[in-house]
Amino acid sequence: MSGIPHDHYEPNSNAEKWMHRRLPIVGLIYDTIMIPTPKNLNWMWIWGIVLMACLVLQIVTGIVLVMHYTPDADLAFASVEHIMRNVNGGFMLRYLHQNGAMLFFAAVYIHIFRGLYYGSYKSPREVTWIIGMLIYLAMMATAFMGYVLPWGQMSFWGATVITGLFGAIPGIGETLQTWLLGGPAVGNATLTRFFSLHYLLPFVILGLSILHIWAFHTTGNNNPTGVDVRRTSKEEAAKDTLPFWPYFVIKDLFALVVIFALFWALVGFMPQFLGHPDNYIEANPLVTPSHIVPEWYFLPFYAILRAFTSDVWVVMAVNWLSFGIIDAAFFGVLAMFGSIFVMALVPWLDTSSVRSGRYRPMFKWWFWLFVVNFFVLMWAGAMPAEGIYSTIALIGTTYWFAYFLVILPILGVIEKPLPQPATIEEDFKASVKKKSGGNGPSPEPVPAE
Amino acid sequence: MFKKLAASAVTAALLSMSPAFAAGEKGEIIDYDFSFEGPFGTYDRNQLQRGLQVYTEVCASCHGLEKVAFRNLSDPNGPELPEDQMRAYAEFYEIWDPELRDWRTAAGPDHFPESQFEGAPDLSLMAKSRVGFSGPYGLGINQLINGMGGAEYIASFANGFNGEEKFEAGSMFYYNTASASWVSMAPVLYDDGIVYADGTPATAEQQAQDVAAFLMWTAEPKMVERKQAGFVGVIFLSVLAALLYLTNKQLWAPIKRAAKEE
Repeated sequence: MSGIPHDHYEPNSNAEKWMHRRLPIVGLIYDTIMIPTPKNLNWMWIWGIVLMACLVLQIVTGIVLVMHYTPDADLAFASVEHIMRNVNGGFMLRYLHQNGAMLFFAAVYIHIFRGLYYGSYKSPREVTWIIGMLIYLAMMATAFMGYVLPWGQMSFWGATVITGLFGAIPGIGETLQTWLLGGPAVGNATLTRFFSLHYLLPFVILGLSILHIWAFHTTGNNNPTGVDVRRTSKEEAAKDTLPFWPYFVIKDLFALVVIFALFWALVGFMPQFLGHPDNYIEANPLVTPSHIVPEWYFLPFYAILRAFTSDVWVVMAVNWLSFGIIDAAFFGVLAMFGSIFVMALVPWLDTSSVRSGRYRPMFKWWFWLFVVNFFVLMWAGAMPAEGIYSTIALIGTTYWFAYFLVILPILGVIEKPLPQPATIEEDFKASVKKKSGGNGPSPEPVPAE
Repeated sequence: MFKKLAASAVTAALLSMSPAFAAGEKGEIIDYDFSFEGPFGTYDRNQLQRGLQVYTEVCASCHGLEKVAFRNLSDPNGPELPEDQMRAYAEFYEIWDPELRDWRTAAGPDHFPESQFEGAPDLSLMAKSRVGFSGPYGLGINQLINGMGGAEYIASFANGFNGEEKFEAGSMFYYNTASASWVSMAPVLYDDGIVYADGTPATAEQQAQDVAAFLMWTAEPKMVERKQAGFVGVIFLSVLAALLYLTNKQLWAPIKRAAKEE
């Protein structure tokens, strides 16, 4: 699969040859797990495995939960309690699934930030990046619909607020919202269709993940230097790379187990810490919670959604220019989806010819500000949409868009990058010598991590 | 730098995203010490039995407990009533049987009744739908270690009546300092309002804590099993991580040695 020259699978025994002529699946698996991988990958390259493990965890626990769950507005809440109380190990299944969604998002955010820092989205990996963004969108949809299923107060009112976003679309909004909900308001029809889609979408994510892996196996992994693997001969490529098995499989497994130990502690000792207590109250259409907040992993985008109130001059200007078609609510919806859209376009917005942020002295600062800004938005999303919080959310949102639409295009032109190592081999040697306390002169600048 | 910054950012986010922090507690919640707090905490069987008594003699006249079955009272890590006592307890209740279309005496597999009044919420999950002391400074660190503190809220609420009353729209309302609001529930716990079967002095404070502990159990009956699963899992994964660390180190050693020697 990979364009990097390396040994391919050769069937040896007669049985292998027989199979290979009919279905070369052993060869496919062999070439996938033996793919030449840059030697110098650091610990930021383990999140893909963690994400794959999360997907498997969610699908496996989810399939078992479905065996005991009842998708009915009158019975759903009680059936979740039945799982928690009467099903053998049900409390662990449910808490693993609930907190597993959070680990999934934590990992995907770090994975995305890693891609943004090391320029993994740049040519030739644009398609990998776009597929990744599609996976992320599918994850958001899946998590949102999954959160509705326990049919608690936050489930119900979260669904009401989020489907209300579609209602803000001018003209077709109300019809669209009714179509999504299966009725005029969130009810049994909403629960059953969300349940159906919540079961379907993870398999879409699985399919997209296979494409994602196929895409970067075709281009080869990026690496912390952003320097390409030498491809002129097998010998040179072998100096820059090691086969994925066993070197990276064992390394990734080690990291995965460490992360799962922490995750298991969260599930075992404080499974409610990141959830919302209101969701232990059964959904009641007549009582609105005082403070409707989505799960933490949606908060940055929730902040962007709410940042544009009707008194912001941009909103007023757009409202006037569009003859009132785009009001504040619709503007917020556009901004929320737009924030992900501009991130998906980053391969074409970043004009720098240097991939890795390691060798981009100005970019580094803007990038870390972007990360801090992400957490500020997350915090602002948890706060009531009023006063100073709205202003902070608006500033954070502005920076989000400015980062992709203004800063990255300009930086590529004005920034003077630092010298990059000639080869991955050189970088690997330098980092091994540095870590073992070698006092030889480092042929490259200090790595960022 | 990447790792350190990312780690501290994630920690800060975790702490600040705690729902109690987001909700901005206004009421006065007392930071009671309960036996089930912390990763090692378990339920105190005697306290749960006292709490059951408070629930039965005081709370049950209005509030239901519909998610809990009578047989659960004999479950391990709960009040652990002996089987015969549990059955005798269940027989105090008359429940509606939809198949008989009649009332009948309750048995072990039946659930506690629903609330008697529209305005009285069911208490089965109350301890998980409320949060307690979220300090220090609302950072939620206490909750990260001791649990969300729903029981602290319930105990603070039960004794949170400051005596202020008002009559509005045909009903009485009582001010509660724990919820920081006017509620239609009247103060119900008094010193020696009940007599504990085990002879513990029944102060209002004691009753409040006991019933709060009992309601924590009704909300999270598998808490002890969950913590045990947590320990087993964390120990297993830690050992596995140590072995994988050594394997990884040995695996990469020749590669790194070669890189160093050249």
